[in-house]
Amino acid sequence: MDDRTFSRRRFLIGTALPAAALGMGLSAPAAVEAQTAPALMGPEPVDVMLQVNGRAYPLKVEPRVTLLDALRERLGLTGSKKGCDQGQCGACTVLVDGRRVNACLTLAVATEGKQVTTVEGLARGGRLHPVQQAFIDNDAFQCGYCTPGQICSAVGLIAEGRAGSDAQIRESMSGNICRCGAYTNIVRAVNAAARA
Amino acid sequence: MRPFSYARARTEQDAFSTLAQTARGAYLAGGTNLIDLIKLEVAKPDAVIDINALPLAAIETTPSGELRIGALARMSDTADHPALRSAAPAISQALNLSASAQLRNMATIGGNVLQRTRCVYFRDISQPCNKRRPGSGCSAIGGDDRKMAILGANDRCIAVHPSDFAVAMLLVDATIHLRGPAGERTVPFLGFHRLPDDPSRDTNIQPGELITALTFMPSALTRSSTYIKVRDRASYEFALVSVAAALEVTGGTIRDARIGLGGVAHAPWRSREAEAVLIGKVPSRDLFTAAAEAGLQAAVPQRLNRFKIRMAKNAMIRALTSVGMPA
Repeated sequence: MDDRTFSRRRFLIGTALPAAALGMGLSAPAAVEAQTAPALMGPEPVDVMLQVNGRAYPLKVEPRVTLLDALRERLGLTGSKKGCDQGQCGACTVLVDGRRVNACLTLAVATEGKQVTTVEGLARGGRLHPVQQAFIDNDAFQCGYCTPGQICSAVGLIAEGRAGSDAQIRESMSGNICRCGAYTNIVRAVNAAARA
Repeated sequence: MRPFSYARARTEQDAFSTLAQTARGAYLAGGTNLIDLIKLEVAKPDAVIDINALPLAAIETTPSGELRIGALARMSDTADHPALRSAAPAISQALNLSASAQLRNMATIGGNVLQRTRCVYFRDISQPCNKRRPGSGCSAIGGDDRKMAILGANDRCIAVHPSDFAVAMLLVDATIHLRGPAGERTVPFLGFHRLPDDPSRDTNIQPGELITALTFMPSALTRSSTYIKVRDRASYEFALVSVAAALEVTGGTIRDARIGLGGVAHAPWRSREAEAVLIGKVPSRDLFTAAAEAGLQAAVPQRLNRFKIRMAKNAMIRALTSVGMPA
């Protein structure tokens, strides 16, 4: 888990470089218009700088590592859950540049230069995000396994302006399966948060 | 997942020349289909070439009035685009009835057109499959064939194409813009997807080619269109059957008609038989029923999906009624 503890110096280097230059790894600075094809990286671990919840995380990961596995296994951000690992359950939902996506179908290396937000990054200054608070206030979970994905999905849904009615919320939350069947209160919570 | 290498292409030439360095490279766009298939070991690329940085995401009206959808436009952005919604409501509806909000935020229009079948035997590498391993046989025939084809199938493959969007695109005489190492070409959308004469080939795309855009000219016909999807649950599910319908009605007479069927064949299925019944006639429930009968006349059910014939007919009547005789 050494990747979680990186030096202040590396952090500053990482955040000072433009994202595009980081995006090219170490082989081809983006400032130079390359005349040749971009180098293939891997399959061995490659350098990747992930931006998660406002922090830069330098990592060495194989290109095949998904964003979900990088978050959970390398950064220790285990809020995002692995349900089906096939894009069918929504437990892994995170926001990439503000849009909800399935982290299990996203390659970590392909998110370089983008802002990733997980459930751990929603609270501000010790206060829960309004959607998190609404899930508590409305008892919108039972076992809780799907909840981080539900919450990230609801944050995305509200930003998309799709909280117009209960029917629209149900349709737009259909990518998040709840095996406990807490749907009634999930809809109530999303509704409350959208109107908060 | 098996290991693979990775490259990020900044130009189409980047993509072509990088692909040429690989044995079994694959282009990566939204990844919702490719990454899934890599996990299942149905796809086994030695390299993925990320094309998301290519400038192909725009949706725009061209000076000639055509609508141009860039291949990297996300399904969600395309579905909600006002120009598309008015030009061909069926296409917007089909996109919004597809997958989940998360997947629509990721998946691209080009990838949607090229997505592989959801046939459970294609996705299970322990099973014979002529699409995955030509000549090995079709496990769906005589197997769980409830979701399989009723039109255009053969004894080599009874899988269906999973896209909603591609069914609605049958209504609009679209052009597919392709670019590859050998240059650019355009092909009609109609005929791009193949019936299973060679099940290993879903479409007529050539090795190394990228879809760069889809274009079509909006018309009175395309503006009067709708999409109906019937599935096992209310949302986030592939179609059992779906119908895209467009009618141009002037002076009480149907001047032009287009019908597309989904969930029934190896390719999005245009029903010229149903269209022929409709053109020149006055819209009525009886006429729509006759069109539905004609459209499904050639249907041959599998053991477990005879219901699809009736379901497709009813969906077609509903779709035609909603565009041809709006309440």
